Amino acid sequence: MALIDLANPTRFLSVTERVLPWLAAATALAFAAGLYLVWAVAPDDYQQGATVTIMFIHVPNAWLAMGVWTVMSIASIGTLVWRHPLADVAGKSAAPLGAAFTFLALLTGSLWGRPMWGTYWVWDARLTSVLVLFLMYLGVIALWRTVDDPARAGRAAAILTLVGAINLPVIKFSVDWWNTLHQPASVLRVGGPAIHPSILTPLLVMALAFGLLFVTLHLAAMRNEILRRRVRAMWLLQAHPAQGA
Amino acid sequence: MDLGPHSAFIIAAYAMAALVVLGLIAWVLADHAAQRRLLADLEARGVTRRSKSEAA
Repeated sequence: MALIDLANPTRFLSVTERVLPWLAAATALAFAAGLYLVWAVAPDDYQQGATVTIMFIHVPNAWLAMGVWTVMSIASIGTLVWRHPLADVAGKSAAPLGAAFTFLALLTGSLWGRPMWGTYWVWDARLTSVLVLFLMYLGVIALWRTVDDPARAGRAAAILTLVGAINLPVIKFSVDWWNTLHQPASVLRVGGPAIHPSILTPLLVMALAFGLLFVTLHLAAMRNEILRRRVRAMWLLQAHPAQGA
Repeated sequence: MDLGPHSAFIIAAYAMAALVVLGLIAWVLADHAAQRRLLADLEARGVTRRSKSEAA
C-alpha cells in the first residue's frame, strides 16, 4: 500500500484500527521504562536534589507543545494548498492535545520554578511566549467550535495556525535573544547535549513515551473526527434527502 | 524514597500530569463511543451515507 492511499479517509480508518492497539502498547511500555529510569535509576541533581525529577515531565511536554503546533502547521499547508479533508481533520484533532501538553509544560514549569527560582511565574520571554502558544491553541479550538461548516472552519484555522507558527522560533530562541530566568537549551543545541547521560537517557525515554502518547491519541482523535463528519453528513442527508439523491 | 524538602512540588507535578494524560485518554475513548453510537442510531433509522448507497 502506498503512503498516498492513507489520504483516503476510509483506508485511513481501517489502517488506524489495526495500528492503534500496537501504538497504545508501545506507549505503555515506553512509559513503564521511562518511569522506572526516572524513579529507580536517575540520580538526584547535585544542586537541585530530587526536584530535578520534575524535568522528566516538563521538558517532554514543552517539546510536544511546539511539536504539535508544527504538526498543525504542516496540516494547515495541506488544507490551504490541496484542500484535503484529512489535513484539517489532522489539524483539528491535534489542537486539544497540543493545548493539554502546553498546559502541562506551563504547570510543571511553574511547580519546578517555585522551589528553584523562588517564584511560580515571571513575565520573561520564554514563559510569556509559551503562554502565548497556549492561548493560540485555545484560539484555534474556539475557532473550530465557532464555525459550523468544517471546510470554512478548516481554512480559517489553517491561516491562524500558520500565523501562530511565527511564535515557534521566538519560543526556541527566546532564551538566547533576551535575558531570561529560564535556562538556555541544554539538549537540542549546537555542540550536543550538556546533560550527563545518567539524566539524559531517562529524559529521552520519557520524551519518546510522551511522543508515542501524542501519536496514539492523535490517530484516535482523527478517527473520531472522521466519524463525526460522517454523522454530520448523514444528519444533513436525513434533513435534506433530495441532496443525497 | 526521599524526595527532599520540595516533595510536595514533585508529587503535585506528577499527579497533575497523570490527571491530564488520563483525562485525554478518557476524552478520546468517550468521544469514539459517542460517535459510534450516533452512527449506529442513524443507520438503524435507515440513513446511509451517499458514498455507501452509491457503492451498493
